[in-house]
Amino acid sequence: MNYSEPQLDDLYRDLILDHYRNPRNRGTLENPTAKVDGYNPLCGDEVEVELLIEGDVIEDVAFKGRGCSISQASTSMMTDAVKGRSKAEAESLIASFKHMITNPDDEVPPELGDLEALQGVGKFHVRVKCATLAWNALEQGLRENGTSHIVEEN
Amino acid sequence: MFDVVSVRKDFPILQRQVHGRPLVYLDNAATTQKPRQVLDALMYYYENTNANIHRSNHTLGGEATDAYEAVRDKVARFIGSKYGPQSIVFTRNTTEAINLVANAWGRKFLNAGDEIVLTISEHHSNMIPWQLIAREKGAQLRYIDVDDEGRLRRDELAEVIGPKTKMVAVAHASNVLGINPVAEITALAHQHGALVLLDAAQSVPHMPVDVSALDCDFLAFSGHKMCGPTGAGVLYARPELLDAMPPFLGGGSMISRVQLEEATWADVPSKFEAGTPDIADVVGLGAAVEYLEALGMENVRAHEKDVTGYALERLSSLPEVKIYGPMNVEERIGVVSFNYGDIHPHDVGQVVDSFGVAIRGAHHCAQPLMRRLDCAATARASFYVYNTKAEIDVLVEALQEAGRYFKVEQAPVAR
Repeated sequence: MNYSEPQLDDLYRDLILDHYRNPRNRGTLENPTAKVDGYNPLCGDEVEVELLIEGDVIEDVAFKGRGCSISQASTSMMTDAVKGRSKAEAESLIASFKHMITNPDDEVPPELGDLEALQGVGKFHVRVKCATLAWNALEQGLRENGTSHIVEEN
Repeated sequence: MFDVVSVRKDFPILQRQVHGRPLVYLDNAATTQKPRQVLDALMYYYENTNANIHRSNHTLGGEATDAYEAVRDKVARFIGSKYGPQSIVFTRNTTEAINLVANAWGRKFLNAGDEIVLTISEHHSNMIPWQLIAREKGAQLRYIDVDDEGRLRRDELAEVIGPKTKMVAVAHASNVLGINPVAEITALAHQHGALVLLDAAQSVPHMPVDVSALDCDFLAFSGHKMCGPTGAGVLYARPELLDAMPPFLGGGSMISRVQLEEATWADVPSKFEAGTPDIADVVGLGAAVEYLEALGMENVRAHEKDVTGYALERLSSLPEVKIYGPMNVEERIGVVSFNYGDIHPHDVGQVVDSFGVAIRGAHHCAQPLMRRLDCAATARASFYVYNTKAEIDVLVEALQEAGRYFKVEQAPVAR
């Protein structure tokens, strides 16, 4: 086997560990317009994402959850990235993020900003779903008001 | 004499490097590696014997049938069945064996209001088949709890097992915790006229198991967890029970006379082996049984206790490690489930993988047990005949690195 092996430091970038240890927007909202429970049955990762959408804008977002560092950091970073954005901008971020994770050798578009730190996860195939859980939950929350659930397919 | 250095030479995969380091394979509760003897048996079968069994009367057909049926004798002897090959049904794995009993026995003998007793620590494979048949039949599931140390609550046995109990299905040894008091459970179940199925997926590969002494009615295990190929598992059952049960799957090999509207069944165990089975993998299982018999199951157990005791000692020396299950090696098999600080088992597994160490970090197909232990998941190191104390040292070194990465003492508290 003659390929360069992905290194642990590609996966656990400092920014990821920082979000894991100091999660942003952790908690619940008073009056969320959408709430999504995301679950990955393979590894037991859980996130609960709450959105307050007014008109076309994600006014506020919060999350709770437990799981591995990648799942929780990705969720924290997602909340930071979409807070205050329009639904269309968030949808575009979701698409760019998923492209980045599944094509870890492509150039990262500038709109992803800090989220670039999660690019290395794409080189660890078994961890991709850890990173995408929050984004699938967000996608569901943009589509559907009220409470809903998603389960990662393995 | 058991010599781990020469045992290791039998397993070609142990020569492999992972991330530039020698493979340290500690995921044996999931599946074990295969010795050269088993790989050779598979290759020999395909290169010399391959034919379908029980139907072709040419030379190869006869030889393949003999090779396959010889394994039935070997397995019966290996687990101490006094009923011989008639008591051995080949399945794909433990899961299929349990599904066979839940469906074939359950369909005929379970009625509304009957109770099936399980433990909270069962693998999903010994839980879901019973949930399915219980729902269909209106039967009730009852669970025996574990205590905070992960031991089965013996004090609950007499409360849970009673006159309504028709089946008690429990793990002989848990894939997360330790060995269950199956003799006591079996005696109590039989007093109430209930049958006993032992999920022996984690016991038959690791210790001497004698079904006659255990006095169980059914026993299920997988070949791939005991040096054999994937695809061949075993259901042991008393032949009179198999006789009384309707078939599970229908098709070729399991019939006697077939009319357009109905058919009669072949004798046991063929009645439960519809279609072309995993012939080569059963032959490989036979080679695995021979391999383990040559090592001696007493020696296998002694070696695993030695390695497990060392692992418990080294892991407990790490300040932030929490070990699940009893600390006495007599009460556990070669499985150590643990958590390291607040590092998620997935992350623990990832860091130790970079040291070439393969462990599992997950719910181990035992979600109700994980909830009972109040953790989302655990890391799990599980040992076999080829593991050494030096490999435990590599695991500990890798765990220390994980601790550095995730700054164990500063990690956030989950929830």
